[in-house]
Amino acid sequence: MEHHLILRVVTKILVGPILLYGLYVQFHGDFGPGGGFQAGVIFAVAFMLYGIVFSLRELRKLVPDWIVHQLIAIGLLLYTCTGLVTLFLGGNFLDYNVLWSVAYKGQHYGIIAVELGVGITVFAVMLAIYYAFAGRPPQLDDKDW
Amino acid sequence: MELTVTLLLFFALVGTAVAIALVRNLFAVVMLSGVTSLLSALLFIVMDAVDVAFTEAAVGAGISSVLMLGTIALTARHEKAPKRISLVPLAVVSLTGMVLIYGTLDMPNFGAKDSPVQTHVGPDYLQRTPEEIKVPNIVTAVLASFRSWDTLGEVTVVFTAGLGVILLLSGLGRRRRRGRGPS
Repeated sequence: MEHHLILRVVTKILVGPILLYGLYVQFHGDFGPGGGFQAGVIFAVAFMLYGIVFSLRELRKLVPDWIVHQLIAIGLLLYTCTGLVTLFLGGNFLDYNVLWSVAYKGQHYGIIAVELGVGITVFAVMLAIYYAFAGRPPQLDDKDW
Repeated sequence: MELTVTLLLFFALVGTAVAIALVRNLFAVVMLSGVTSLLSALLFIVMDAVDVAFTEAAVGAGISSVLMLGTIALTARHEKAPKRISLVPLAVVSLTGMVLIYGTLDMPNFGAKDSPVQTHVGPDYLQRTPEEIKVPNIVTAVLASFRSWDTLGEVTVVFTAGLGVILLLSGLGRRRRRGRGPS
């Protein structure tokens, strides 16, 4: 899409706010609607938009496949490890009360950690699926649409 | 007023579905399925399920459309017109629809106080969240704390799905074989 000047400029303006909004949804999930799943998807959408307008090759340079593949596992590990930490601190698996001296604060930290894990995994899986679909030839010609 | 909005949204939803069935240009079909997702998201908002609406808008209208576009880029851009009109699919769809509508007759009214949803664990969560977890969004408290195990299962499902797509579609094995050179 080299010659679509308007699309390129608008994308450059939009990507930043979308990422910011993703982070907002991620870390504001305790207070408003949203959480890890939605935030991961929104975060991935920003990268996909970049990939669609500035070609997949540029995006893959920015976020290589191996980073995406590792992030998929890192998110799930973060979730599971939160549970393991609570186990070692003397609670049940994923019982966040033991994470902090005040029980409800422990709950807050536990929820943030777990939601971050969800967000990372969902983001990486969405991006991996996009790579898998868009990375296969044939590349689209603008005239075909 | 709420009834009017709900009815309007439902009619728009049915109209979009009919349009999807009739249109042969697959690009238009993908866009229409995005519209379906947005309309469903609006319906969820009318039902006060903001979190679900959020997910529907982000996943249904956002990601699915992109993936569908990727798919039609790999396959075809036009659906072939059917050679003859067969009535069996229509009968199956109508029958399923009627069974589903029959099923809803036994369901409690939307928001009914004495429905199983409101009398089982729901009140417990509502009561305990402000005391034990102290987060304003009870949906988050239920998903990430009370039902943390379930969410772990969901994340594992997403993880497995991603793994499957990578193994089947991304062609990593092919690239590695090519990297090894001709043998």
